[in-house]
Amino acid sequence: MTALVGNQINVKSLRQQERKEKLVMMGLTIPYLLVVILLIVIPIGWLFGTSFVGPDGSFTFKHYIRLVESKAYYRIFVTTFEISVFTTLICILIGYPLTYFISQLPRRAANLCMIAVLIPFWTSLLVRTYAWLVLLQRKGLLNNFGIESGLFSEPLPLMHNQTGTLIGMVHIMLPFLILPLYANMRAIDADYLKAASSMGANQLRAFWTIFFPLSVPGLLAGSLIVFVICLGFYVTPAVLGGGKVIMVSMKIQSNIELFFSWGAASALGVVLLALTIIILYIASKFVSLDQMSSRG
Amino acid sequence: MASHSDIKEQALRISIQGVTKTYGDFFALNDVSLDIEAGEFLTLLGPSGSGKTTLLMVLAGFIRPDHGQVFFGSEDIVLKPPHLRGVGMVFQNYALFPHMTVEQNVAYPLKLRRKSKDEISQGVQEALETVKLTGLGNRKIGQLSGGQRQRVALARAIVFKPKILLMDEPLSALDKKLREEMQIELRRLHDSLAMTTVYVTHDQKEALTMSDRIAVINHGILNQLGSPQEIYTNPTNAFIADFIGESTLLPVEVRDSTPKFGESVLSVNHEVGSDGSYLLVVRPEKLVLVTEDSTAPNQFPCTVEESIFQGESQLLIVRLDTMNSGDSEPYRMNLRIANTSANSAAIPQVGDSIRVALEKVDSFIVKQE
Repeated sequence: MTALVGNQINVKSLRQQERKEKLVMMGLTIPYLLVVILLIVIPIGWLFGTSFVGPDGSFTFKHYIRLVESKAYYRIFVTTFEISVFTTLICILIGYPLTYFISQLPRRAANLCMIAVLIPFWTSLLVRTYAWLVLLQRKGLLNNFGIESGLFSEPLPLMHNQTGTLIGMVHIMLPFLILPLYANMRAIDADYLKAASSMGANQLRAFWTIFFPLSVPGLLAGSLIVFVICLGFYVTPAVLGGGKVIMVSMKIQSNIELFFSWGAASALGVVLLALTIIILYIASKFVSLDQMSSRG
Repeated sequence: MASHSDIKEQALRISIQGVTKTYGDFFALNDVSLDIEAGEFLTLLGPSGSGKTTLLMVLAGFIRPDHGQVFFGSEDIVLKPPHLRGVGMVFQNYALFPHMTVEQNVAYPLKLRRKSKDEISQGVQEALETVKLTGLGNRKIGQLSGGQRQRVALARAIVFKPKILLMDEPLSALDKKLREEMQIELRRLHDSLAMTTVYVTHDQKEALTMSDRIAVINHGILNQLGSPQEIYTNPTNAFIADFIGESTLLPVEVRDSTPKFGESVLSVNHEVGSDGSYLLVVRPEKLVLVTEDSTAPNQFPCTVEESIFQGESQLLIVRLDTMNSGDSEPYRMNLRIANTSANSAAIPQVGDSIRVALEKVDSFIVKQE
């Protein structure tokens, strides 16, 4: 450290003041820290511990060994990833053009559209899932309408399968993609596109060389949120999959309710958590995680 | 380097005819007609909301006028989309692509034109040299200072050798010193390239410094078109007289073709029009101090209220002793005296009673609106 020059009047009391202000700021985090410790740190620690406990109460790796050896578990993980990947892809296909359209509207109209996106987002997950049940079932609105109008003669298998699960999941996940993407697209200065076109780029060219690359961070952030939430999703696949689409979260539930095996359920939970953290870690190398808050 | 006459031949003439743009009841541009010579540096000057930027955007193709024609050379381009107009444009906020390096930004227009790799790298190097940014090609836009960004924006606008260059307040984000340097540099650049330049600004001093001609726009209407000298010394209306320079406007009555301020008759440097209310345009640097016994025309006895040191000059705010009947407030004028060492003893103090005069050649009146 270089020597201080000049007189040092008040050095001590000024430093004290600074320390005091820091402490007060830290104090603001206490309620949150308590909640995190009570509701997250302790339960997860407990979960972790339980996953190593056998039915007789002894320490064991057998839950983990079964996860690796069992074909059924392998299948469940593959299904979970499949559903998550497809949901994310469909969300991108529907969400990207829609968000682009909204982002190009004047502020007022865009806000209205965003409210339309948000209203279902604020509606109960359960309500929306059961609404799809009413629409998609064998004698549901969609099939009745299709048969009565002669579009098809047999009811389409729209639920209790992967199709139904995907329809419901996409509907529920779409806002998670749109929100960060919209914030990102709004922040792209319209002058960039004007500049590109003044230099000779037609609209399509300007879009692909300027707008799209600048929207990628928002797109990646939104996709990542959708994908990660899908990995642990329970209600929608449970209702619309009708037991034919088994994801990790559902297996956890059946392990507890049917087999009373807290150990096996915990081990599954730990693996799912670990996979999610690994995916987030890898993704953080490509996306700044700030982008995942809808600030964009 | 090409000679000046070559440059004029290569550049394009711009002709704007009867261009009108309305937003509801609001006239952003009201029947504007304007011819810009090939190779000219023309400035569109006006306060914010005057329509100057709208006119520039019509030239660039980003705003469609309600009616009117715009010719580049002999071609009416009013229906041509912006990307086919081939004009270089510098935006107010530069609009540099943040996901590209300096080099990639400058190369962008050349890539669109499918130039070969060698042509592109040569063109980029030349453009960066022209704006004195050699060696910064690999920087990201975020790593540049405001002045450097301005130069990149300029390089990008001229790299494909457009015949017309449009600039929308390109220097407004820079600090004063840098801005004044860039004004002279931009003007030099214009003189060395074969381009017709249309420059938008609200800064009258900038317009006076850089332009061949200035088009003063207010409320969507072209008020006056002329060289900086013409606009400064002969503004055609009160708005321009007030907007350009730091003028004081004194109310003048004209009766029987004789202009009078209070009881004193003024002699002005031009024919006086019909009788009515006018304003005398007083530029602070044109006022001179005179003695009691002076025979100079247009004398005003007054009292010094404030004296402000401004480096190269002293700004005096004086209160006129003359008041017209019915005025509640006395009139005030600004008067600027050079701070030369020969002058320093002669500068009046606050509270002094002095006489100032305006030479006949410096006296002109404009109709009150």
